[in-house]
Amino acid sequence: MSAVSEKFATYSTWRRVLSPTGNTGDAVFRILMLLVALLMVGIVLAKMIALSADSVLSIRQFGFGFLTSQHWDPINGKFGALPFIYGTVASSLIALLISVPFSLGIAIFLVEQAPHYIAKPVGFLVELLAAIPSVVYGLWGIFVLGPFMRQYIQPALASWLGWLPLFRGTITGIGLLTGGLILAIMVTPIISAVVRDVLASVPGSQREAALALGATKWEMIRVVLVNGAPGIAGAVILGLGRALGETMAVTMVIGNRPEISLSVFEPSYTIASAIANEFTEATGDLYLSSLVELGLILFLVTFIVNGIARVLVWNVTRQTGGVGRAA
Amino acid sequence: MSVSKRSVQLVAWLVVLIFTFVSLACNGGGAGTGAGGSVSLQGAGATFPNPLYQKWLSEYGKLHPNMKIDYQSIGSGGGIKQLKEQTVDFGASDAPMKDEDLKSAPGEIVHVPTVLGAVVITYNLEGISQTLRFSPEVIADIFLGKIKKWNDPKIAADNAGVTLPAKDITVVHRSDGSGTSAVFTDYLSKVSSEWKEKVGTGTSPSWPTGLGGKGNEGVTGQIKSTPDTIGYIELAYAVQNKLPVAQIKNASGSFVTPSIDTVTAAASASAANTPEDLRVSITNAAGAQAYPISSYTYILVYKNQKDAAKGKALVDFLWWGIHDGENFAKELQYAPLPADIVKRAEAKISSVTANGAALR
Repeated sequence: MSAVSEKFATYSTWRRVLSPTGNTGDAVFRILMLLVALLMVGIVLAKMIALSADSVLSIRQFGFGFLTSQHWDPINGKFGALPFIYGTVASSLIALLISVPFSLGIAIFLVEQAPHYIAKPVGFLVELLAAIPSVVYGLWGIFVLGPFMRQYIQPALASWLGWLPLFRGTITGIGLLTGGLILAIMVTPIISAVVRDVLASVPGSQREAALALGATKWEMIRVVLVNGAPGIAGAVILGLGRALGETMAVTMVIGNRPEISLSVFEPSYTIASAIANEFTEATGDLYLSSLVELGLILFLVTFIVNGIARVLVWNVTRQTGGVGRAA
Repeated sequence: MSVSKRSVQLVAWLVVLIFTFVSLACNGGGAGTGAGGSVSLQGAGATFPNPLYQKWLSEYGKLHPNMKIDYQSIGSGGGIKQLKEQTVDFGASDAPMKDEDLKSAPGEIVHVPTVLGAVVITYNLEGISQTLRFSPEVIADIFLGKIKKWNDPKIAADNAGVTLPAKDITVVHRSDGSGTSAVFTDYLSKVSSEWKEKVGTGTSPSWPTGLGGKGNEGVTGQIKSTPDTIGYIELAYAVQNKLPVAQIKNASGSFVTPSIDTVTAAASASAANTPEDLRVSITNAAGAQAYPISSYTYILVYKNQKDAAKGKALVDFLWWGIHDGENFAKELQYAPLPADIVKRAEAKISSVTANGAALR
């Protein structure tokens, strides 16, 4: 084969990869979209590299002990991330425990039960909640939610469930539980809005079939929920992501104390709050590096939690073969 | 369909028009200020004096329209960092720079004190109208978590005639790194050896007890909405929000109410043992009227300026600040410098040179 035809062959292969239809406009569009998609991957990689590079000092100094140490004392140069990891995961879990049942309820009501003239405005209001800036949630948390927890919720929990170590300790209205609760309020609109769309996308024929077989309305809703399971799981992952990374609202009500306590009444601390609180006044290379390593850990925690959630979704999808893709 | 297409086109045209307008307007403005040998200065640092510095910039800008000075309140730590990296013309910090920071800087740095601030103890005790009084060791023990009840005999000893409740004390401290915390822990380290040993002095100490609130507003919010709390905040913030503030026993044994005058008194009282470079902590100052939890805040500049025009502008601005600028301090609840410290700050400003030549 001559050089010219070889050149032509590689050219035409590229043509075919870029544009199976052979249309130049399609090829250009495809390249543009490829670049946009690669940009996302690039940003994630760049963040990873930047965080790792800046935390080298702290990783060298503390090694694996950074993850297991409970001491965070910038004055004496001791840094340990465990209380922050615990606070982040625990507050997010509390948020999901409270938020998921509520979100499912909201979505089911809006899609399956509410008449149009109610579903529209209620749906709008729920979505509006998602648009409130988190610092507003935080201030509301300090002045309204905190005192409310102190006066009504926490004393009630302490008197009914006080035999559990979970609900003992001083009642201040500020702490892990209040932090989790404010996160729950913040993620509910996100989860319920996505679940609503997932349920709405379940084909009407499924509902009709269930009802035709003599199912009650409740049994019909269960069919719809099973069909939408992967999408619902995706919605929960989305909410979890928001909860893990939330900063301002949580820092206002969680008490900001790097300590691990069994009681949900006691103050706690999240990774995102710690970085936001301490970064501006952090002097000294090791201190800064430790804060950056906290950021790296948050990145990894989010990665791991998302990974676990993905695997769960994947298993559910295989079992039920339902509709609605994980977000 | 055609309607929505048309409206999309309309919006697109509007966006283009607005962009053109904005960019034209910006160009016009830029050309205006560029004329006539204008100088622009960049500063960054402490958040505590930010309201005063912003006032200074606007007042000084009225007098010198061709000067453009920007100040970003990113925190003392950030201010020192940017000054060392020479990305700003001046830094600002509540605490004076440490020796090792000064050594690692690329040039000699001059500390110019601008005003004074104070940290006050505030509390929320229902049904108590009297002003509470605290001795230094009592404050240390409360923040160490050793005094747990409001009716502890140690608190009662300083507050005869006040019926203190038998309730748990909830301590509220700053959760964000802050010069306010640095001044407060500096004070506690001076009055309590146990505090010095266990906690120490710093912007983000490891607190033995209590809840953390973000910023003065976070601490105040938690104190206001939770009974039986005690915490510390800036004097200016407490005055503006009309919060109860405690009297504190100073090194001379008298109980002093925090105010602009008692803070300036603390600076005067410690003027004799203030070192030549003016880097000093004035907490726990002696003197009958001295409020013990007071501190300077500083503007930091390089002693040798690279650019003579910029250096001259900077020196003139600082000179104006410690003279005319002090008049704006009181209305914003900052304590002005005492006269003898102004004299010594003048000498510091005069020592700034550009390539060996004096600027003032």
